[in-house]
Amino acid sequence: MIRTIVIAALLAMGLSGAAIAADAPTDPQIAHIAYTAGQIDIAAAEQAIQKSKNADIVAFAKQMEEDHKAVNDQALALVKKLNVTPEDNPTSQALNKAAADKLAELAKLDGAAFDKAYIDNEVAFHKTVNEALSTTLIPAAQNADLKALLQQGLTLFTEHQKHAEMVAAAFK
Amino acid sequence: MRILRVAVLAAALVAAGSIGATAAQYTIVLQQMKFGPVPATLHPGDTIVWQNDDILRHSATARDKSFDIDLPAKSSATMTVGAAGTVAFYCKFHPGMTGTLVITPP
Repeated sequence: MIRTIVIAALLAMGLSGAAIAADAPTDPQIAHIAYTAGQIDIAAAEQAIQKSKNADIVAFAKQMEEDHKAVNDQALALVKKLNVTPEDNPTSQALNKAAADKLAELAKLDGAAFDKAYIDNEVAFHKTVNEALSTTLIPAAQNADLKALLQQGLTLFTEHQKHAEMVAAAFK
Repeated sequence: MRILRVAVLAAALVAAGSIGATAAQYTIVLQQMKFGPVPATLHPGDTIVWQNDDILRHSATARDKSFDIDLPAKSSATMTVGAAGTVAFYCKFHPGMTGTLVITPP
């Protein structure tokens, strides 16, 4: 299961090759993966806010930053309530590695080239995360509260994906 | 002068009474990135309570700019319904969230 997520995530982030096999994720691992995905999008948003001069891109990035922070705050409150410690795992590590590479790639771009690359990646990233949530993470989650939060995240990130597609359409 | 003052007071009370008798209050709940059901019947002067149950900030923003209600996470805000007409609205932070108010004359 995790292997599928990793491959999809790597492909979506423009990488290929290494994939990590593992068993179905546990709740502490799922919490870590979901939190990591949120942090990755916050970092991407911060980069876009700093680099872009396009009002639509900056507004979208600010929204991503605000929404993902809100969801991650909720996730932290939940793991504290459940007395669960999120557990680092190969999927989180692969996501972080791919995200760091993507940030470095985007750092070399400017102007419209950066804007297009950022928003295209936002579409791909949200699509990947949404697929992972619906096909792997939500079905594997054992705790009802965690499952509900992931479901809430999926609803939000589906809206983000549509929003990103709308913004991306202007760059075609 | 005294008569005029009484007349004004009486008129104000009648007006207040008539508004109170006809105005209705409705609640539209925002939940799971969606606007809940919109009242089937709305008239000018009715009030709408926009109730955001999500953990995210939303807004109820009219496309014609007649209202723009900010709704921080887990908050609510009340507005008075304006003139008759059809008003499309959306969340300016999450443009996929949309709805329409149909306001008919009393």
